[in-house]
Amino acid sequence: MNSARLPRTLASLASLAGFLVAWKLVTVLTGTPDYILPAPEVVAERGVRAIASGILWPHLAATLAEVVLGFGAGALAAIAVGLALGKSLVVERALSPYIVAAQAVPILALAPLLDIWFGGGLAARVLVCALIVFFPIAIATMVGIRSTDPQLIELLRSLGATRGDQVRRLEIPSALPVIFGGLRVGVTLAVVGAVVAEWAGASTGLGVLINIADQGLFDTPLMFVALVWLAVIGLVFHGLVVTVERRLVADR
Amino acid sequence: MVTAANDRISAQPVAALAPGSGLPVTLREVSVSFPTREGERLVALEDLSLDLPAGSVTALIGPNGCGKSTALRVIAGLLAPDRGTVGLDGGAVPHPGDGRVGLVFQQPRLIPWLSTIDNVALPLALARIGPDQRQARAREALGRVGLATAADVRPRDLSGGMAQRAALARALVGDPPLLLLDEPFSALDALTREAFDSELQLLWMERPLTVLLVTHSVSEAVRLADRIVVLTSRPGRVAKTVPVDLPRPRPVALAGDPQAAAIETEVREALAGVRPAELVSWTEGAQ
Repeated sequence: MNSARLPRTLASLASLAGFLVAWKLVTVLTGTPDYILPAPEVVAERGVRAIASGILWPHLAATLAEVVLGFGAGALAAIAVGLALGKSLVVERALSPYIVAAQAVPILALAPLLDIWFGGGLAARVLVCALIVFFPIAIATMVGIRSTDPQLIELLRSLGATRGDQVRRLEIPSALPVIFGGLRVGVTLAVVGAVVAEWAGASTGLGVLINIADQGLFDTPLMFVALVWLAVIGLVFHGLVVTVERRLVADR
Repeated sequence: MVTAANDRISAQPVAALAPGSGLPVTLREVSVSFPTREGERLVALEDLSLDLPAGSVTALIGPNGCGKSTALRVIAGLLAPDRGTVGLDGGAVPHPGDGRVGLVFQQPRLIPWLSTIDNVALPLALARIGPDQRQARAREALGRVGLATAADVRPRDLSGGMAQRAALARALVGDPPLLLLDEPFSALDALTREAFDSELQLLWMERPLTVLLVTHSVSEAVRLADRIVVLTSRPGRVAKTVPVDLPRPRPVALAGDPQAAAIETEVREALAGVRPAELVSWTEGAQ
């Protein structure tokens, strides 16, 4: 296992190093000033200062809370609704126009409205996150449930399986790889949702920090610090989803 | 193995498992039709009457689309007939999951994320039998089909023959008095298939139960069955019933036996008489 893991770790590190070198080269070769494109070490230094001065923490914590709660609530609701959509053509007929319409309206346009309706607190921002993660996960769940092998369904029927047995023992496990595809898309969208929600009205969050750095302080390196943290959040949560997926969907 | 089987029999309802028993099945004037895309109804079975005596092996043979598998699904309770009655043990209509029917399909239909033993134990899990008993009985069933060492293997790592053995173990794990086999060996190569036939015969001799074997192979039918029922082309009806009074165990090289050869010929002639219309016109046009 270690022998297989080492080259992969090296590949990740090499690609990170290559990215940083390319970034540095662009800043050096073009001579772009730091307030337009800061060099990687400038951003790193600004990041350390932001941590030391403590201005980063409340923003990071707020965004983390939105992503975790929004993704959790959105994914749970999406799996439940996706299951209903997958099991019943009637439910699909009745609900899917609303689901598609809600997805087609840009979340950017909905966020301010939700901010008004839900009192501009954490709940409103969690809701925006949940909404944006809902669609891919619900659709993936529906598709996954529908693609259950009909021969296995007949087998379970021949063994007298109840509807609950069929869902629990066959359809959900069979749909898991597809559901995880949706979860992977959803978890990265949760970060997008958090920033959109913060821009619609919030006093803390990495999205707010970007606005402060941009408009208040003209502190481009600090903007980059916020962007890097957003990327890190996305990577970490995506990695967590993949880890859970490997545990659950191994040995197929 | 015999003592283990006897131990288990004593713990079970005697009626279902007494040696030489099995469940008698009667089909009376069963008709089944399916809706087609054009809105018409395709008649798969028409007034099919069939008796499976308790503890006997009946082979159901016939041209493609004659409704062999449909008849099997009706007996398994997976399909409700339009008309007619199905009786298991004289009265009760079959009900999936009541433990009376073991079913083997053409494909193994193993659940890919469960180990072999968990696949075999699935009928018991669905019958809400506790994990300890489940494991013990599944292990015993795997032993009966010669798969004891493959208990923890995933289905994808089983060969086609092993996977079908696991499917047979799963059908036998609940000790059903009735075993329905839907072309169970047709996806296997000839040698594996012959070995399988031999083992199935031995399993049956060890513990006779009522067996319905749907097959395309006349020699397989002659080797395994007490009676061969030839169905007509769609809609399926009984064209002929051929008794097979050969001593058991019957060897692989049964074709050399004149009595077996005569039975094969009789079945083949009956099959030739029930060829689908399109095939008859094709062969005659070619002459």
